[in-house]
Parts: sequence; structure tokens; C-alpha cells
Amino acid sequence: MTEATIPVTAIGTTGVSRFAGILNSLRRSPAGFIGFVIVALLILISAIGPFFTPDVAPNVKEILLPAGTSGHLLGTDNEGKDVLIQMISGGRTVIFVGFVAAAISTALAIVLGSLAAYLGGWVDSVVVTLADVFLTVPQIVLLAVLGAFFKLDSPVLLALLVGGLSWPVLTRAVRAQVFSLKEREFVEAARLLDLGTPRVVFVEILPNMASFILMNFMIGVTNAIYQLVGLYLLGLAPLTGSNWGIMLNRAWIAGAIFNDNSLAWILSPIVAIILLLLGLVMMTRSLEEILNPRLRDR
Amino acid sequence: MSALEEAPVAETRTPLMTLDGVSQVFDTKAGPIRAVDGINLSVNPGEVLCLVGESGSGKTTAARMAAGLARPTSGRVAFDGTDIWSMKRNDFGAFRRSVQYVHQDPYASLNPTRTIQQTITAPLLKHGVVKGSKAAAEKAVELLTKVDLTPAENFLPKYPHQLSGGQRQRVAVARALTLDPKLIIADESTSMLDVSIRISVLAMLGRLRDDLGVGFLFITHDLAIAKYFGWNGKTAVMYLGRIVEFGPTPKIINAPTHPYTRALIDAIPEPDPDLTKTKGRETLRSLEIPSLAHLPGGCSFHPRCPQFEDGLCDGVVPELVEVRSGQSAACHVVARDGAGEVRPDEPVA
Repeated sequence: MTEATIPVTAIGTTGVSRFAGILNSLRRSPAGFIGFVIVALLILISAIGPFFTPDVAPNVKEILLPAGTSGHLLGTDNEGKDVLIQMISGGRTVIFVGFVAAAISTALAIVLGSLAAYLGGWVDSVVVTLADVFLTVPQIVLLAVLGAFFKLDSPVLLALLVGGLSWPVLTRAVRAQVFSLKEREFVEAARLLDLGTPRVVFVEILPNMASFILMNFMIGVTNAIYQLVGLYLLGLAPLTGSNWGIMLNRAWIAGAIFNDNSLAWILSPIVAIILLLLGLVMMTRSLEEILNPRLRDR
Repeated sequence: MSALEEAPVAETRTPLMTLDGVSQVFDTKAGPIRAVDGINLSVNPGEVLCLVGESGSGKTTAARMAAGLARPTSGRVAFDGTDIWSMKRNDFGAFRRSVQYVHQDPYASLNPTRTIQQTITAPLLKHGVVKGSKAAAEKAVELLTKVDLTPAENFLPKYPHQLSGGQRQRVAVARALTLDPKLIIADESTSMLDVSIRISVLAMLGRLRDDLGVGFLFITHDLAIAKYFGWNGKTAVMYLGRIVEFGPTPKIINAPTHPYTRALIDAIPEPDPDLTKTKGRETLRSLEIPSLAHLPGGCSFHPRCPQFEDGLCDGVVPELVEVRSGQSAACHVVARDGAGEVRPDEPVA
């Protein structure tokens, strides 16, 4: 049995080499790597930054200081609160809601879209009809109405709401892809081996569209963040606490764009959001290489 | 179809797979297309049945119906004597596992995102052939060795794109062997391989046929391959959805009776140019293959047949009848005149 022991050791090493391969692929595409670094930095700062910054308190003596003032690198807002500290603590909700909402909508889209295409029949009709109904409802209006009736102050609730509304487009895209993939011969072979529907759909078919799904996940994150910030900018979500969206709203309401001193106040959240979204979009380039075995070891 | 039922099914054992008056009609805008029209076939355990025909003759459709991948529009597909489409869910699963399919294109039949090990071990683990990933890896090594992929350990972590066409096709065969099938349907399994690779894959399949006692439904457009692989078995020649000749492979190759089979055999070039020149050649009256949507009346081969007789061939569809011991053909002329004895210049081996 000496020959049979060789593959077992080989299996053990694949985990490590795979991780190394992922790092390698990340470095291969410069744009992707830069995107990855930007996103990682922003997440890191937002996640652990608040533990190292002092609490901001309103200070009437220091209102609307310009950027570059000693002690206030990005100046202060109209209540005298430090903008930089608000920036550091303000990313959490935005990033959390963005990723969780995208995870919810992507998961819904994968399950509904692939099962609709693979099973066909009434499952397909129900899913497509449901997706069409959701697509016809204007989301920002619905969010506005819901915001008027419910208190949308919990990030989880916001994520559920945004994610629960944005699955239909990806569902239809996934469905279209599975329609073509399910006719492939390797799927037929899996059916002949009686591997079972869940396995055929989620193990044989889905990995073939992994990069497509991941890219759509990233687009989903950016869309969710746009929606969230839009909600705050329009004042439709409660302005309790502090995050980039709320900062933007307050700076806008206070007319910060008309005051030279407060330019950093209104631009900071905008720049942060743009950087985050740019990083996410650039990152998708590397993800393609990680998920496609054909590109991986070239 | 008297001839068929008498000849191969006369023995008491149940055939492994029976296609009984099976048809597949596709409805298209151009009207119904009879891809397969009432064919009868049976494969006994451990037997090789070659299905030969040109493109569009319905051989792949017939194979897909035998594998349970397509439901016949009429007729009965039976496995071990039971109609597969009236089976209970569990029995159908057992049938599925007993009949495996090796596709034509090894570039499409392996999942590009799964390693060879994942591809081979998935069915082993799913159906409890082995317990645990270590045992599954060992079994995968055994199967890959069986299809001559050695050293097998090197192939386990590879992805399909890292293998050549011949290697991929071997992996596809190894995957088909995972669940100990009783019947392997090989649908043009060697036609996409290089000639040199083709022979070694065929030799490997032949060894499996002899060692494992697996039945084969071997589909090919190449009579030479049917001759090589199915010499001890039977061959059915299909033309436009119907079986035109059926019998033991040596008789089909060396002493064909149906004009279509004769034309096919004569079309095989000889390596010796002088022999090719002197070789008797059936001249077809037309090279055009009729459309399946507008099949000629009577014998569908009559517009091309060199032995066409007005009034006889274009009236009624000929039945497949025994024209010589164990050999049947669907031809009015042969049925009337008799097949005669085996052609003197080509003795039956």
C-alpha cells in the first residue's frame, strides 16, 4: 500500500499551496493588488481604528476649523467635532451594511437563480415572476416609504432591507448562466452518477461561475453602499450615531460646500466612499485569476 | 421484429438492456423529425453491441435513450427486464448507476473547476463505495491505474486543462467505472482523439471489456473501429433513424448484405493503392443524404441505392428480416433474392 499513501500526503499540502497561490494571483495583477490593499486598509482602519481614537464631543470653541489645523488634521465640523476621528469611526456601518446586504442578495440570487434554471417548471415560473415584481418596484421610493414607517437605525435591519430588495437582477443573470451550464456534458455525467440535485447544482455547476458571482458580489457591495449613503443623504434613515453617510448629510445640510473652511468636512466622506468603491472594483480583477484554475497556474 | 427476437434474445437469460420499438420524434418548425424510428436492440451482460451509422443516423439519440437521458416518444427501454420510465425513484437511481456514458468530447465531459481526484471520488463517496477521503483517494488511484494513467498519484491533484485529450478520455472512463457499471455506453468516445492515442484508448477499453465483463454499447461512425472493438460482439448499422442491418460483427464487416452497409464497407480506403483501384465499389445513385424531416417513402435508402427497383423499394418500408443465419437486413431486394453465400473474396474470419 505504499503507492496509496502518496496521494494522501499530496492532499494535505494542497491547502497551503492554494493559499500561496491566492497570494501569488493577487500580486499578478497590479490594479487588482492596489484595489486589494485599498480595501484592506479601509476595512482595517474602520474595524480597529475606533479603539485608538478619543471620543468626539461637541466643542463650541472649535467650530468649522479648516483642514490642517494643529490637532485637527481634517478640521472640525459645525459642532466643533474632529472630522478625522469621525472618519475613522464612520466606516464601520457603511462597510458592514454594504457587505452583508451584498451577501444576502448574492446568496438569494444564487439559490433562486440556479434552482429555477436547473429544476425548471413551476419553480422557474415562481422565481421569475417574483423577480419581475421586485424589479418593477422602484427601490429608493420603497426604501423611502419604509423609512417613514419603520425606524431603520439598526445596521442589520438596513442590510436586510437593501439586500432583500436587490437580488432580482443577479438572480436572472445566474439563471441565464445555469441554463447554459446545465446542458454541458460534465453535468450530464454527474447526473448519470446520480450525485443528487443539490450536489450537481452547487458543486458541479456553480463553481464554474464563481468569478462571475464574486464580481457581481463586489458590484452588489458598491450598489448597497450607494443606496445606504443615498438614504442618509436624503435623510430617510435616522441620523443617529455617526457614519460617512450621516456626515455627508449633516455637512450638506449645513451648507459646507459654501464655506472654504469646511471643504475637508464634506469632501472626506465622499473621498472615503469613492476610494472604497474604487478598491472593490479594482479588486475584482485579481479575483478572476484566483477562481479560475486555468488562469491560476499560468 | 422477428429476426431480432429470435437471434440474440433466444437464450433464456434476460438481456441487460432492451430497446423495444423505440422512437424519438422531435417537433420542429419544419415538422416532426423522426430521429429514431422504431428500433429494436438488446445488449446481453458482458456483450459488445456496436451501433454504426453516419452523422444524423440517430445513433447518439438511441444511446441517450438507452442511458435514460432522453425519454423515447414511443417504445420501451428496459433494463434487466424492467421499463426504466415506470421505475420507482430508487430503482431509477440504481439503473442510472449501472449504466454509464463516456461522451465523445473529453474537453466538455470533465468539470474544469474540479481536480481529477474530486471528479473520481465524488461518486465513490456519495454512494458509499468507500468510506473516508483516504480510502476514496486509494480507490481513485486504483481506477486511474486501470485506465493506464500511471503514476496515478500524479494525476489526482491535476485539473482537466492540464491533461491531454487522451488522458482526459481515460479519466472519463475511470469516472464511468467508479460505480461498477454493468453497461458502458461509449458515444464516439475515441473519435476526437489523435489516431495514435485512439488505438491505445481502444485497447484499454477492450481490456476492460474482457477483464470486468462490462457490457458495451459502442457507438461509432467508423466501421474499422467497430471491427477492432466489437469483433466478438454484434453490430447494428443505422441509417436515418432505422436499423438497416444487424448481425455478428464479422459477418457485417466481411459479408454485408444491405446495399448501404456494402457501400460503407467499400468506402473504407485500402492502404494499397492498387487494391483500392481494383476493389469492387458500389456506386451510389446519389450522394445526398435525405433530410430527416422529409424522409423518402418506402425504403429511405432508395434514392441512393444502387439496387433500387422501381415499384418495389419506394412503396413500403422494408422490415428487418433474417437474410442469413444470425444476420438480418431491412431490404426488399435482399429479402426477395436471398443474401446468397458469403462473398468468396472475403472469407468470414
